[in-house]
Amino acid sequence: MSSTYAAVAVAVVALATLGIGLFGLRFSRTTSDFYVASRSVSPLWNSSAIGGEYLSAASYLGIAGLILTYGADMVWFPVGWTAGYLVLLAFVAAPLRRSGAYTLPDFTQMRVQSTTARAVASMLVVVIGWLYLMPQFQGAGLVLHTVTGAPTWVGSVMVAVIVVVNVISGGMRSITFVQAFQYWLKLTALLVPLVFLLHAWTDDGRPTPADAGASAAWLSPMAADAPGLALYATYSLIVATFLGTMGLPHVVVRFYTNPDGRAARRTTLLVLALLGVFYLLPTAYGVIGRVYAADLVATGNTDIVVLELPMRMIGGSLGDLLGALLTAGAFAAFLSTSSGLTMSVAGVLAQGSVGRRVLGPVAGLRAGAVVGTVFPLVLALASDQIAVASSVGFAFAVAASTFCPLLVLGIWWRRLTAAGAVAGMLAGGIGAGGAVVATIVRGSDDGWLDLLLSRPAAWSVPIAFATMVAVSLATQNRRPSNVARTMVRLHTPERLLLDRADGP
Amino acid sequence: MTGTDPAVDRVRITSPHTTARPRRRRTVVQEIDEETAIGEVYVRSLVRSQLRLALVVAAVVAAAIGGLPILFMVADLEAVQVGPLPLPWWVLGVGVYPVLFLIGWAFVVASERNERAFSDLVERP
Repeated sequence: MSSTYAAVAVAVVALATLGIGLFGLRFSRTTSDFYVASRSVSPLWNSSAIGGEYLSAASYLGIAGLILTYGADMVWFPVGWTAGYLVLLAFVAAPLRRSGAYTLPDFTQMRVQSTTARAVASMLVVVIGWLYLMPQFQGAGLVLHTVTGAPTWVGSVMVAVIVVVNVISGGMRSITFVQAFQYWLKLTALLVPLVFLLHAWTDDGRPTPADAGASAAWLSPMAADAPGLALYATYSLIVATFLGTMGLPHVVVRFYTNPDGRAARRTTLLVLALLGVFYLLPTAYGVIGRVYAADLVATGNTDIVVLELPMRMIGGSLGDLLGALLTAGAFAAFLSTSSGLTMSVAGVLAQGSVGRRVLGPVAGLRAGAVVGTVFPLVLALASDQIAVASSVGFAFAVAASTFCPLLVLGIWWRRLTAAGAVAGMLAGGIGAGGAVVATIVRGSDDGWLDLLLSRPAAWSVPIAFATMVAVSLATQNRRPSNVARTMVRLHTPERLLLDRADGP
Repeated sequence: MTGTDPAVDRVRITSPHTTARPRRRRTVVQEIDEETAIGEVYVRSLVRSQLRLALVVAAVVAAAIGGLPILFMVADLEAVQVGPLPLPWWVLGVGVYPVLFLIGWAFVVASERNERAFSDLVERP
């Protein structure tokens, strides 16, 4: 692939991201601007921003790579990543907005009135954020290496630096602009080349994956040799993705930028539409990839299939241009997701005791952004490459096993106590997190143990729920005193003038 | 002035009808704000109706989408070729998304209706 076009494309996305971010700086004046854009973002802006933030390298590159390798069963990834928003819409969206909290730790403290529970939630936000950031940085290195031949650390460091500059300069308001812009960029960057690819495929006589030698196991879901394993793997993936979305710190923080609970619901519904449109595309790339780029499977480098296809199927300068457009979209994916994650990790770090007392809220956020990015960057540079979508899957499993029970029980169950919340988050976090670490350390094989560890959600989520309920029931004498008021606040429409105990 | 002047101890006596609080109906907002038993009933009924709705959505999603892996396993859908790919690809890769959106849309309409019913109850004169 011509490195000039691609390098120009990457530079344009980087500069545009920085430019829009600095534009936001002109409006960011107060602390509230910094954290939640003063809660004045409309549903269309907000849903584009959520889409832009959510569609990471795992969606943009990873899904096509997994489908190329494993086939039909992997289409569950995009389905789950969309359906997660429906579950979020039904159980969490409006009450979460009405809770009036900035971050997940804020919500935790508001609901169970405990600084210990807040500390556990903060720790989990940072862990999930880092699990999610690491593959973004690795992916950026891989893509820049593929298209320009630069060493892999260049892309990783570049993305990290741009993200930190952006968060430092404008905070959430600028991030909202950047994210919304990046949803549409990513959609365009996949859609336009796909039109050309489909044209080339038609000219080629429309060869199917079966013609290209795809196996029966690739072609049909649930066709693996061991049906029990396949069924467990699929359902565990469904549990992790359907329930994990609501627990992702960078997704949840976006709900606070809605003007009210009703707008939060409408935003989420629009997100479902935007994601549904987007996720048609990576699947198509994976399928076409199986016809034209099946040899990538042997190299193990399947995350780059999306970028490879224009060169292989079209070639010439048109192929170069389309490849450059795809590269631009990939960088948009790295930048937007990393910005959102850095923002929420930085927010949590800034609200910790050191940040708040010594630096003040805005300087604390800036320091948090730097600290929050350096660790996953080092991790990304030091560790081996794992498939982007798989490693993002770990973050989902941990989120589903910790914040999902906290949010669902906290919003709907009056008897939740601080002890129950802490015990449940720890049980789920240690279970799922331990399984993730074990998977990375062990490597992978094909047995049940490997599956239980690499797809932990099916057992870790029920354990987390059960622990949270059981410990809460055992500590009913320590129920937070203000739970009735909290329920009023979470569930009643804002236009009713009720006492919500939400301060001046 | 050491003794008590009986005139100082005089008290004004008025008819009880002039100072008794007028009987006023308490509003639902007051009941909720003061966390009375009646206020609790109102809030609980709202929370319960919204929770029921969320659980219905969850059940519909579990049946419609969660049932697919078993359906793919039991039924021989991959024998049906649609264009370049077997049928399950189209179901999972395309068909699922509009269904998710429609369920979400129905939820938004229904939950706003629940809230309106609650608001009407609270604001009833």
